[in-house]
Amino acid sequence: MAESILETFGLTMRFGGVIAAHNINFKLKARELRCLIGPNGAGKSTFFKCITGQQTPTEGEVYLRGMNTSRWMPHQIASLGVGIKTQTPSVMNGLSVSENIWLSARRFHDGPEAKRKTREIIERLALGAIAKDQLGKLSHGERQLIELGLVIVGDPWLVLLDEPAAGLSGEDIERMTTIINEINKTAAIIIIEHDMQFIRSIAKIVTVFHQGTVLLEDRVDKVMSDPTVRNIYLGKRN
Amino acid sequence: MAGSFSRDVIATIGLTVVVIWILPYVISTFTITVLIVYGLLGLSLGLVWGYGGILCFGQAVFFGIGAYTYAISAINIGESTLPMLLSIIVPSLFAALLGAMMFYGRLTDVYLGVITLVVTLIFYRFINSTAGPHYKIGNAQLGGFNGIPGFQTLNIPGQPSSYIWGDGYFYFCAVVLAIVYLGVSILLRSDFGRIIVGIRENETRMSLLGYDVRARKTILFAIGGGIAGLSGALFANWGEIVTPSVFSLGQSAEIILWCIVGGLGTRFGPILGAAGLSYLKFLLGQQSFVDNTLITGLILVFFVLFLPKGIVPTIVNVWDLKFGRLLSDRFQKPRRNRKLRLNG
Repeated sequence: MAESILETFGLTMRFGGVIAAHNINFKLKARELRCLIGPNGAGKSTFFKCITGQQTPTEGEVYLRGMNTSRWMPHQIASLGVGIKTQTPSVMNGLSVSENIWLSARRFHDGPEAKRKTREIIERLALGAIAKDQLGKLSHGERQLIELGLVIVGDPWLVLLDEPAAGLSGEDIERMTTIINEINKTAAIIIIEHDMQFIRSIAKIVTVFHQGTVLLEDRVDKVMSDPTVRNIYLGKRN
Repeated sequence: MAGSFSRDVIATIGLTVVVIWILPYVISTFTITVLIVYGLLGLSLGLVWGYGGILCFGQAVFFGIGAYTYAISAINIGESTLPMLLSIIVPSLFAALLGAMMFYGRLTDVYLGVITLVVTLIFYRFINSTAGPHYKIGNAQLGGFNGIPGFQTLNIPGQPSSYIWGDGYFYFCAVVLAIVYLGVSILLRSDFGRIIVGIRENETRMSLLGYDVRARKTILFAIGGGIAGLSGALFANWGEIVTPSVFSLGQSAEIILWCIVGGLGTRFGPILGAAGLSYLKFLLGQQSFVDNTLITGLILVFFVLFLPKGIVPTIVNVWDLKFGRLLSDRFQKPRRNRKLRLNG
């Protein structure tokens, strides 16, 4: 049994009177690929924010590779080797594609190595034609891909992807799937996604969030056919 | 990268030559000196705000601390070399302290603006109230509203009686501005500078990439404070007196105005804005027909409405549109021909 690289114990996040996440106990093994599904407001993004340090949990603990990181700052957690792609592309819109990727590469590599790594990622994601373009002028799909490039350039061992397929066309989704599978060879991945077809094509184990708690955790086919999940999230087929 | 830096060096030398040899035919060197000093002050905020995205409403605080540090230490030491260094170090340390409190306290932009503004007011009120004889640092009387006159002005290092004044002081200030300008250029081309621009663009993303945003912003803020302090010391030497007006709200507001008019995100813009608007103010001060502040306000409204990016970025954009295409055509044609020849 592989050791867990991410564990949460009783993770709770309150915003005033609203409980966004409640008593979440979660485990993820090295190089595992897990999908999180659930209706809007189920606490999935809050859960991500608690792992990356963007939110400090009100109660409970987060352990990354055995270290209690519950009160750590986002840059400290990122430095451990945790990367996140946010729901809407969070990139440096005023800078070019290569400058964006260089900024990420420079965090983990020295001058010449950062340049080499930047070139490598641009080539790997086939971004050569737009490498000098300003990000603000690119399409949503391209910015999604570039943000993924920012995340993987640091060779993380845990990658959190918040709706990576959102707003992508069929061809782009295929490309994204290939890239995710490639990342998964070296890193564990948690994906929040609403696109069920995408989840079916990529996931093995799915965790269902509902009203801030973990409702169910099982194999993708079982989750998809679970009557409760169908009732609260997927909808009944008449 | 090397090519770009050599272009910076050539541009800096060219502009310094214009300032030193051509401008004195149009404006007196005494006036140009203060325009240079203000240019340096504009550059300090241009760096912090334009490249770091830190809107500081109190850049005048560091300018004032620099001026007062110079005056107080010059009276006590009797020679200008160490006071000049102190006028950079003290405001820089104060900026680092203030910056650390703000950035490590995770203050958002609005609160940052309010705090820097309030700090300016505190200094202004405090220095104004130091008229009594007990407000003394060593031999230097703070002097309250009347300020501190009669301190040792700039001298050749180690020779307190060999003053650098008049045209000599003008050349000195021009060279200081050129050196600081080049220093800022080197900083911005360094990895630190590029990371700072990344932070300006998206602080959250940079933090999620693993950068300690707070530390870098504090360092940049301290560098900006040091440059403002240096300009304060040069201003004290120019006026041969320092008064609490260096801490005034008007002074702080003007620096922001210089950056808006000259153009944010450029190094030359805030210098041009500072020198241009200060000279205009100087010219308007010679007449009593129109109120000075009214004109300044109208200029701000004009720029915000019609040239929101400021003078320098607008000129650069127009230049790119007019000549960039022309140049790219020129460079592309031979390439196409070569391809044709190769195919043929």
